[in-house]
Amino acid sequence: MSCKRCGAESLARTLGGALSLIVAMLCCMAPAAHAQLRLDITQGVRDAVPIAVVPFGGQAEGGPGDVAGVIASDLQLSGRFKPLERRDMVMRPITGSAIRFEDWRLLRADFIVVGRVEPEAAGLGVTFELFNVQTGQPLLSQKLVTNERGLRATAHRIADLIFERLTGIPGAFSTRIAYVSVDGRPPAQRYRLVVADADGYGPRIITESSEPLMSPAWSPDGQNLAYVSFEGKASAVYVQRLATGDRRRVSARRGINGAPAWSPDGQKLALTLSRDGNLDIYVLDLASQGLTRITSDPAIDTEPEWSKDGSSIYFTSDRAGSAQVYRVSATSAQDVQRLTFTNGYNARPRLAPDGQSLGIVTLDRGAYRIATFDLKTRNLHVLTDGQQDEAPSFAPNGAAIIYATRGGSRGTLAMVSADGRFQQRLSSDTGDVREPVWSPYPAAPR
Amino acid sequence: MRWTHAVALAVLAFGLAACQKPKQVQPETPSTPAETAGTATTGLGTEAGATTGTAGAMSAAQQQALAALQAKNIVYFDYDSSEIKGEYIEVVAAHAAYLARYPNARVRLEGHTDERGSREYNIGLGERRAQTVRKALMLQGVQDAQITTVSYGEERPAAEGSDEAAYAQNRRVQLVQVP
Repeated sequence: MSCKRCGAESLARTLGGALSLIVAMLCCMAPAAHAQLRLDITQGVRDAVPIAVVPFGGQAEGGPGDVAGVIASDLQLSGRFKPLERRDMVMRPITGSAIRFEDWRLLRADFIVVGRVEPEAAGLGVTFELFNVQTGQPLLSQKLVTNERGLRATAHRIADLIFERLTGIPGAFSTRIAYVSVDGRPPAQRYRLVVADADGYGPRIITESSEPLMSPAWSPDGQNLAYVSFEGKASAVYVQRLATGDRRRVSARRGINGAPAWSPDGQKLALTLSRDGNLDIYVLDLASQGLTRITSDPAIDTEPEWSKDGSSIYFTSDRAGSAQVYRVSATSAQDVQRLTFTNGYNARPRLAPDGQSLGIVTLDRGAYRIATFDLKTRNLHVLTDGQQDEAPSFAPNGAAIIYATRGGSRGTLAMVSADGRFQQRLSSDTGDVREPVWSPYPAAPR
Repeated sequence: MRWTHAVALAVLAFGLAACQKPKQVQPETPSTPAETAGTATTGLGTEAGATTGTAGAMSAAQQQALAALQAKNIVYFDYDSSEIKGEYIEVVAAHAAYLARYPNARVRLEGHTDERGSREYNIGLGERRAQTVRKALMLQGVQDAQITTVSYGEERPAAEGSDEAAYAQNRRVQLVQVP
């Protein structure tokens, strides 16, 4: 499962010259009136695995429900696969028995996916088959039942299955991301909290304001978002239920109310509050509204993040002069322990799903970059090469980190694999996008 | 220490402002009895009128003083610093003098940072800057209840751009007088 450990794979991390090819296959028909994120392939990845995802039978090509298009885009977004261009596909088999493997060997595809969409009594049946091109060996075949509206979700599900079959890591293409988008020039700016599919499709505005919105955080069940809003001319923490839009202000104490982080059981929020201007970490019980103070230090203590078992809280503090990552017990406010010592700035710890490492922002040779910090070995591994990378958030499968970076003068989102080998960028047509947070896996598959 | 130096200067500036105060205010009230009759009957009583919280309840003197402040209401900071630089001590002192003179006046200190680094941590840095200004105001006789602080971190930049010129404009505390 943990891909971070497969640094042993000795493939050179040589990134080819910029392909400067923009895949805009997702940009049509956004259901919400909001700018769509799109995948920009700005870097060729030399060791990405070539795979042919042949257009599925029974479907017109190019629409939002183009199953093969969605699968190819997902695999591309992971950085680990390089889907073949459709224009290179002379043959368009839709069943495994129709594949002439020698043709695909010539096209240098390592794997091939074929399939078809067929009407059924219950809706639409989507059948797909995955083969090894070199050996002709069938690797996976399955039929999923859906309807017209469910085609995209089904395509993501198929991409999940293919990704898991080929990498050993469950796919995370059926998940969502939340992010903040900002339009307009200062001081007249418009802030929006947006939820979209993990590939940026279908952005939906959760809330918007002329005052800043920041720090979205998914509840562990994926049903709620906590976030900070300045709509009352001061910061307050809200919890909003996505299905209904109902929201509740859970903290609007005097001073700062910020950096909400859900406990693993979803019952509590760790928060940053300020009393007399001093930021400390607190834990708020959502049902009882009971508040427990966790840190008491004249320094800035902020950006709490729970350990996997909920027993401790990681946070950023500048108590030793510069921002560094610490750990404290979530109950006793005891045993504050400094974790990071490398580099002069380490902040915003976010836990990997396996609980073994943190994604952080580190000051690396004068630039703010995303790194992982191994909680056991204490090794810090810089993953990105931007100037102002921030807000790391792990995919629920732990294979990738989404983060915010700058593309020219604008904020954009980007993804990097947890071993740093693959990078992809998601950019927006308008405005700044920032603070991406990856949702947990959906509850049980229905 | 630079800090004590700053406070000494600020206290001095406040002292000067305080000395001039009676001369300006005393003769004004009798000269405009019709305008102030509704809000106050004595010179110093104008502040009682200000509790209504509307600009219309202010004396002409206070309105004039307020207008003068609004021209200079930003304190800029160095990178990763919350120290009030010498050139801004006067700005803080002028606001302190006004707030001490009109106890019903209110100020909102909005702390900001440049865009570098983590957003929530920058909220902390903006708050630290706002608190530095708050403490300077209080040392010059402003009451705690007159001051509110808010930190926007890097969320409300004054200038766009990712260069030092923009960063310098964005590392600031704005002193917003709430009439």
